[in-house]
Amino acid sequence: MAKKGDWVRIHSVVLTPGERAAALPDDTRRVPLELWTKGYLAADASPGDEVAVTTRTGRTVRGTLIDEAPHYEHSFGDFVPELQQAGDEAFAFLFGGDRP
Amino acid sequence: MTKDIGYGAVMSRRSEIMKAAVGMDYSQFESGSIAFDYEGMMRATGYSLEDVIGIQKDFAIGNTPLIELKNITALVRKLSKDGFGARILIKDEAANPSGSFKVRRAATSIYHAKRMGYPGALAATSGNYGAAVASCCAKAGIRCIVVQECYDSRGIGQPEIIEKARKCEALGAEVVQLSVGPELFYVFLRMLEETGYFNASLYTAFGVVGIETLGWEVARQCRGQIGRDPDVVVCTNAGGGNLTGTARGLKKAGCRAQIVAASVNLKGLHMASDTQFNRKSFTTGHTGFGMPFSTWPDRSDVPRSAARPLRYMDRYVTVTQGEVFYTTELLARLEGIERGPAGNTSLAAAISIAQELPEEAAVVVQETEYTGAGKHGSAQLSFARQNGIRVSLGDPADEVPGESIVLPARPGLLRARDADLNHMRASLIRHAASTVDHAPTDADVAFLAEETKTDGAFVRIALKQ
Repeated sequence: MAKKGDWVRIHSVVLTPGERAAALPDDTRRVPLELWTKGYLAADASPGDEVAVTTRTGRTVRGTLIDEAPHYEHSFGDFVPELQQAGDEAFAFLFGGDRP
Repeated sequence: MTKDIGYGAVMSRRSEIMKAAVGMDYSQFESGSIAFDYEGMMRATGYSLEDVIGIQKDFAIGNTPLIELKNITALVRKLSKDGFGARILIKDEAANPSGSFKVRRAATSIYHAKRMGYPGALAATSGNYGAAVASCCAKAGIRCIVVQECYDSRGIGQPEIIEKARKCEALGAEVVQLSVGPELFYVFLRMLEETGYFNASLYTAFGVVGIETLGWEVARQCRGQIGRDPDVVVCTNAGGGNLTGTARGLKKAGCRAQIVAASVNLKGLHMASDTQFNRKSFTTGHTGFGMPFSTWPDRSDVPRSAARPLRYMDRYVTVTQGEVFYTTELLARLEGIERGPAGNTSLAAAISIAQELPEEAAVVVQETEYTGAGKHGSAQLSFARQNGIRVSLGDPADEVPGESIVLPARPGLLRARDADLNHMRASLIRHAASTVDHAPTDADVAFLAEETKTDGAFVRIALKQ
């Protein structure tokens, strides 16, 4: 349950597949144009509810509540051995010595 | 009366929305035929190079270091025949407040928006430009909205774009994210109309005059630091503004360096394809933007683009995704400078081009960009792997965009490939001719020669083809 005034993320469909622009590849035309944004919740609601939010610039935007107190989880990814090997190889080529 | 906000209705109001949101009437530059007054449009900002330098100084933008990459130059010389291997210098644009050169492009727009009384600014970008506009808006004390194309229909976002969203929010902007598709422009127009904000387009004259300072600084710093002008300046090319502004600034400084465009080769991938969106590892600086925007600049979000790269381009090369990730690793491992991958597209090209030039020559790479979570070789290559792309060490010539990424197994395998510039010039000329229902006039031919850095004879031959 999210309270009025909580910072939340919402989702909406801007254009259904039938409303999309003509000159699109088939794979894109088959799916809707979707939108995500964040704002302060206008009234108490639960995930999945249709809600209104006030965005940072003061706009009122409507959509489905999908996340409360949204945060970022992107990272530096997994270890990529090829990058390290390429760097080791170039270092040895320039400065001499063997690759570890 | 409430305005119709349906797709067709909004798109049909495009001209009036843009006129209100840029505050410039583009019709005053039109001849009624192909030709238009490009220099008149550039002057119509009312800001001289000196004015722009002053504006940028107030935003703490510019005067970034020009760093000689002595170890990468030494590597290049080990790969070159005797007496060859030009010195490579890089303009560390990551040192700007927003972490990239793009803030030069935002500064004049936001200064102007504030002066004209706009309550905020809107920008449509998945790139570093979002943070650039957000940074200037924060400093100017006006509101900011950034609209991004970010997710595919599975809701999976490119890590690089998600990081840029984070940075925009950190600098105070509202971020609106969309799934794949060119109708982003419709959403953008609707929001311009709703908010009355300034359109901080990448493609107005306000944006492109801001980059002139970059070329101006490159020429002056080169003269001061190594006692000569650069022989070659390499610019990463997507929408064309980076190259256009830099080349104009170099020219204003009296520098006659060869101007080389460099893009990441994404041949075969469709930029509006939902399923191919996450099969590429570069969201900008690639041929998917670089080629179409060079051969037809007026496809942008303003009636006449100020970014017209074929006016200034002497050569166009492509490099592979694997070569750019590799170059990013070289910059970290051999120079101790960790920067974002996309900004190193031009450095990858420079490593190859420097091998063609004598030792006394100088090649300048005119940008770097910040790096961080999501916007990093390991993040982007991991993401590629998760999306079914094969990542390996080998010969980058074997890379197939959307299927594989091949990092050079050794430095000598990195090789920039020339695109056919005359073919691109002829393509622009023929496209321009197709936009009118009469034969091009003499003034049109002269204009097209300027547009393509050619002459009347070249234009006339292209028109006959």
